[in-house]
Amino acid sequence: MNSSVMYAAAVILSTCGAVSAEGITVAGSTTVQPLAEKLALAYETVAPGVTVEISGGGSSVGVTSAGNGSADIGTCSREVTQAEFERFPDLEALCIARDGIAIIVGPDVPVTNLSKSQVRDIFAGDITDWSEVGGPSEPILLVSREEGSGTRAAFENIVLADAALISGAAVLQPSNGAIVTTVATTPYSIGYVSFGYLDGSVTALSINGVAATVENALAARYPIVRPLLMLTDGEPSPAVRGWLDFIMSPAGQSIVESEGYLSVGPVE
Amino acid sequence: MTRKGAVESAMRTVLLCAGLASLLIVAMTGIFILREAMPAFREVGVWRLLSGSEWRPGQELYGLLPMIAGSGLVTLGAVCLGLPIALGCGIFLAETAPGWIRGVVKPSIELLAGIPSVVYGLFGLVVLVPAVRGFDYPGNAGFGLLSASIVLAVMILPTIASVSEVAIRSVPDEYRKGALALGSTRWEMIRTVVLPAARSGILSAVVLGLGRAVGETIAMIMVIGNSVMMPSAMGGPLPGIFLSRARTLTGNIAVEMSYATGLHSSALFATGVVLFVLIMLVNSAARALMARNAGGGRG
Repeated sequence: MNSSVMYAAAVILSTCGAVSAEGITVAGSTTVQPLAEKLALAYETVAPGVTVEISGGGSSVGVTSAGNGSADIGTCSREVTQAEFERFPDLEALCIARDGIAIIVGPDVPVTNLSKSQVRDIFAGDITDWSEVGGPSEPILLVSREEGSGTRAAFENIVLADAALISGAAVLQPSNGAIVTTVATTPYSIGYVSFGYLDGSVTALSINGVAATVENALAARYPIVRPLLMLTDGEPSPAVRGWLDFIMSPAGQSIVESEGYLSVGPVE
Repeated sequence: MTRKGAVESAMRTVLLCAGLASLLIVAMTGIFILREAMPAFREVGVWRLLSGSEWRPGQELYGLLPMIAGSGLVTLGAVCLGLPIALGCGIFLAETAPGWIRGVVKPSIELLAGIPSVVYGLFGLVVLVPAVRGFDYPGNAGFGLLSASIVLAVMILPTIASVSEVAIRSVPDEYRKGALALGSTRWEMIRTVVLPAARSGILSAVVLGLGRAVGETIAMIMVIGNSVMMPSAMGGPLPGIFLSRARTLTGNIAVEMSYATGLHSSALFATGVVLFVLIMLVNSAARALMARNAGGGRG
């Protein structure tokens, strides 16, 4: 019994030592989280002794945690707002990847292309019937994320240009996965998700005639693309700098691509 | 003092502490929620929070009326659908069920109470929502108050059935014998003697069911649509209101809490305060009814 207590104490002490030596804490966007976890895992194998601890909370939490120093890095899946920069003037944003947002419809909708302004009018509640955009005479059911979600904020920013609001009649689902399931199973519905969540159950619409593909988004033809940001409060510490450099390296950017996001630098 | 006496008084203190601990936990929870909600009460104002019909945290608009209406209507719907079945179940178990059927039905009702609510939500999402979508009604998408009410009716059924069964069982047998001796049929006896005698017990069963209904969260999120809108009949006849999408008070907190900061987060705690007060009212109503029932039974 005595030896097992000693062993436990040794384990606890050694873990504490490792964390205080080279620990990086990350908090924020749930969209960035799975990607950050992959990037952390890869970095921990090339830089032994470094541990990266990642938690969620959402993009707003990411901005706040970076700004007030409660995390070394805050992640954010939308542009940082003017108000947030005023609150935390020392924030430095590094765009580590970009992500397309696809407009998806269920299996009953024959429409395959919409203009960006039609998408705006549909989500603002000004167009309410599929017949107004070349579909059958059926009411449009909106499916959206909840307030506070980075995907919703990016969508409102890019498509609604922050001028209009998503109609209150929209069905709200609290995750990307739930949006795909709801749209796939609800006739005449329309929603929006990150490219990474597209699967065969839903159709991604072309926007202004451009198909929602990674190639089109990389070539800046597809119009609904958002940045994935890593935020630090001023100049990052050497340990944090090391990880960020790895993420921007060809090795890191290859991971970005293999996870279904758009790379922002050369890949291997 | 003897050793036995010392153990006695020590145990009394331990039990007192256990009792006080639960009181302390309720008080601390209440105080904490209230403290977190204070910024919202101060900046938005209690009346604007309760009566505002717009909830748009991005626009600094915090009105809880659509959610209060949503919670109220879905609870009403659940009681309307669930009460007849639950009460029938209670009467059946207490009065007419043969022993072996009772031995099957009662455990299955208890099992119903033990199924996690997310399973009910999943059932609602996969079966009820598409079924309700079959109603040809403008604006009906399957998600909404009707689907949610059906799910909730099933969830409150075990509570109402078992509490009302106990209430009916506690009616003294002399009442039944008297009624039968006066020439009543079985049903006349149940309707005119047993049910009125068990009335307050049945009422408290309903109120307990209400408490469960108001507090249900995850199953509601899955089927009600979570739209922030005042439920309306969408231009049709009034019962059409149940095909409208809505959001419950509990759903408001659960859907938005993970991303909320600042005043938004405080407004969600204020939603919690409203729920806390509602549940407190429902529970005190149940207690008052049960106290009256106990008194009546003895007299």
